[in-house]
Amino acid sequence: MLKQIAKRLSTVIPSLIGVIIVTFLLTRVLPGDTAAYFAGPAASAQAIEEVRKQLGLDKSMPEQFVRYVTDLAHGDFGKSLTTGQSVTADIATRLPASAELTLVGLIVAMLIAVPLGILAAVKQGSWIDHACRVIATAGVSLPVFFTGLLLAYVFYYQLGWAAEPLGRLSFLYSPPPTYMGFYLIDSLIARDFEVFSAAVAQLVLPVATLAIFSLAPIARMTRASMLSVLASDFVRTARAGGLPSRTVIITYAFRNAMLPVVTTLGMVFSFLLGANVLVEKVFAWPGIGSYAVEALITSDFAPVQGFVLTMAVLYVLLNLAIDLLYGIIDPRMRVEG
Amino acid sequence: MTQAVRVDTVRIDTTEVATAAPAPATIPAAPAAKPAAQPSVFSHAVYVIGENPVTGLAFALFLLIVVCAVFGPLVAPYDPLASNTDAAYQAPTLAHWFGTDQLGRDIMSRVIVATRLDLAIAVFSVALVFLLGGVSGVMAGFYGGWTDRIVGRLADTIMAFPLFVLAMGIVAALGNTVTNIVIATAIINFPLYARVARAEANVRRDAGFVQAARLTGNGEMRIVLTQILPNVMPIMVVQMSLTMGYAILNAAGLSFIGLGVRPPTAEWGIMVAEGAADMVSGKWWIAFFPGAALMVAVFCFNLLGDGLRDIVDPQRRT
Repeated sequence: MLKQIAKRLSTVIPSLIGVIIVTFLLTRVLPGDTAAYFAGPAASAQAIEEVRKQLGLDKSMPEQFVRYVTDLAHGDFGKSLTTGQSVTADIATRLPASAELTLVGLIVAMLIAVPLGILAAVKQGSWIDHACRVIATAGVSLPVFFTGLLLAYVFYYQLGWAAEPLGRLSFLYSPPPTYMGFYLIDSLIARDFEVFSAAVAQLVLPVATLAIFSLAPIARMTRASMLSVLASDFVRTARAGGLPSRTVIITYAFRNAMLPVVTTLGMVFSFLLGANVLVEKVFAWPGIGSYAVEALITSDFAPVQGFVLTMAVLYVLLNLAIDLLYGIIDPRMRVEG
Repeated sequence: MTQAVRVDTVRIDTTEVATAAPAPATIPAAPAAKPAAQPSVFSHAVYVIGENPVTGLAFALFLLIVVCAVFGPLVAPYDPLASNTDAAYQAPTLAHWFGTDQLGRDIMSRVIVATRLDLAIAVFSVALVFLLGGVSGVMAGFYGGWTDRIVGRLADTIMAFPLFVLAMGIVAALGNTVTNIVIATAIINFPLYARVARAEANVRRDAGFVQAARLTGNGEMRIVLTQILPNVMPIMVVQMSLTMGYAILNAAGLSFIGLGVRPPTAEWGIMVAEGAADMVSGKWWIAFFPGAALMVAVFCFNLLGDGLRDIVDPQRRT
């Protein structure tokens, strides 16, 4: 197993190198003079020259790349022009908010989509199957920012069921002491159930938005792979042997059907991390997505670059985790590698 | 039905060989080079549309979208940019079917006029990636070796990013313009196109008709152009219609967060963004109608893509 993990880790390295090269290239194609840009609009020619030296922009491309990688290795993503703080610190304080939102969204989507897909496959042709197909097609067509706004309008403005779509916590509460940065977990550790329920109230709408968005591919894949597994010989044998259909579906078919679903999770995450940016903007969620959007509007490039890099590294690591999970679910993968 | 499509492509290949060089008589005449193959594709299309009325509906919607895109400014009842502060924030009425926004501009006119821009961004980006991804994918699949490795590595590197995030980064770096949104959308779709084209070209690189073309003295480049490309084309066209919806969503998402299109230009994504704050205070129509237009357009393209795939490539039907 350890050998397996090492092998998978080695496949991550080329992806990481690719990601770093691309983000490096993105900084170098900035229109106009990068030094003048970083020095700010009011800088004199001399100040610009100084910034150029300081940023190492007077060096050759390979030298600049080495410097860039060294900075990254020290966790230095540069400085934000608007907040005046280091991008690394900004991202570190905002990352838990995004992670909490994305993970809860994914978990909710899985909890709904997987049973839905299984039911649709088991009762093929029934109304649940049709419902599944409609949801799957509609889900991929919905602009995620529009779904979020609609939900906010219906459930906050019209019905008044949901909390005001502004941030992670209503202003009436102060955030729980930080352990992991996840308000849900932190408030539980602090045994502050009032803050916990307040945090849940803020999470409901953005999580629902993300879940609706990522439901579609998961449900579709679950249905398709469940159908093919249910048609296979070993399921027929199990049925012929007289096993109750619950055992056949859950013990025999489900575990095998989950394999392609886990594989699609990689793609789902790609969509989810992107959708996260839009959802954060709609719900004024103080995560790294809205941080990047603010920076984009003020043309503050260092945060955007740090954000792109962070997201890409996270995504590469998530794919690694999915690969490892695959090995756990499917023992054959461990042997063959 | 599958048979008919297959037969048709084979027929095209053999005639291509024949015109490329005087073909030896030993090349087996395609048994199905009978005229019946041509109408059967058409009747298959009619059958698919008849079989699935949803595809018919999608096609009708598509025509509506195209009409709006082409004749938008003529069809729109008001000037999309003319503000009229006396008539600001009006809920939908008979005079303004979709209501008016914070500057009193007619939302229906803006939604109609925006169609052209949204569609143009999607069409240009899809056409661009069709060229880039198609050509490099075909090269990779046909030549293999280093070409294949470079294209594969490029595609893998792009896929290592969450795609929307990469698009944000590209637009931020290249500059905040509509052209760069087109480029960014094309780049993030590149792996998809390159992979499909590569797979399709790869299975054909040693096919009988390719060997026949080689044997009759065609150069490699000519084989790619006259033998491989025409065969890869149908699948790629399906790919285009399948990714159209995604391209529209992506562009609208970028303009929603303030990239590319600038106010006061009418564009669905930016219009939703302009109405976002008012949505929570109950003025739903400002963001609702452009959002709904966006949704309908994407839905239409996704359905059309599925329908087209059923016609061209019935085996991949799900």
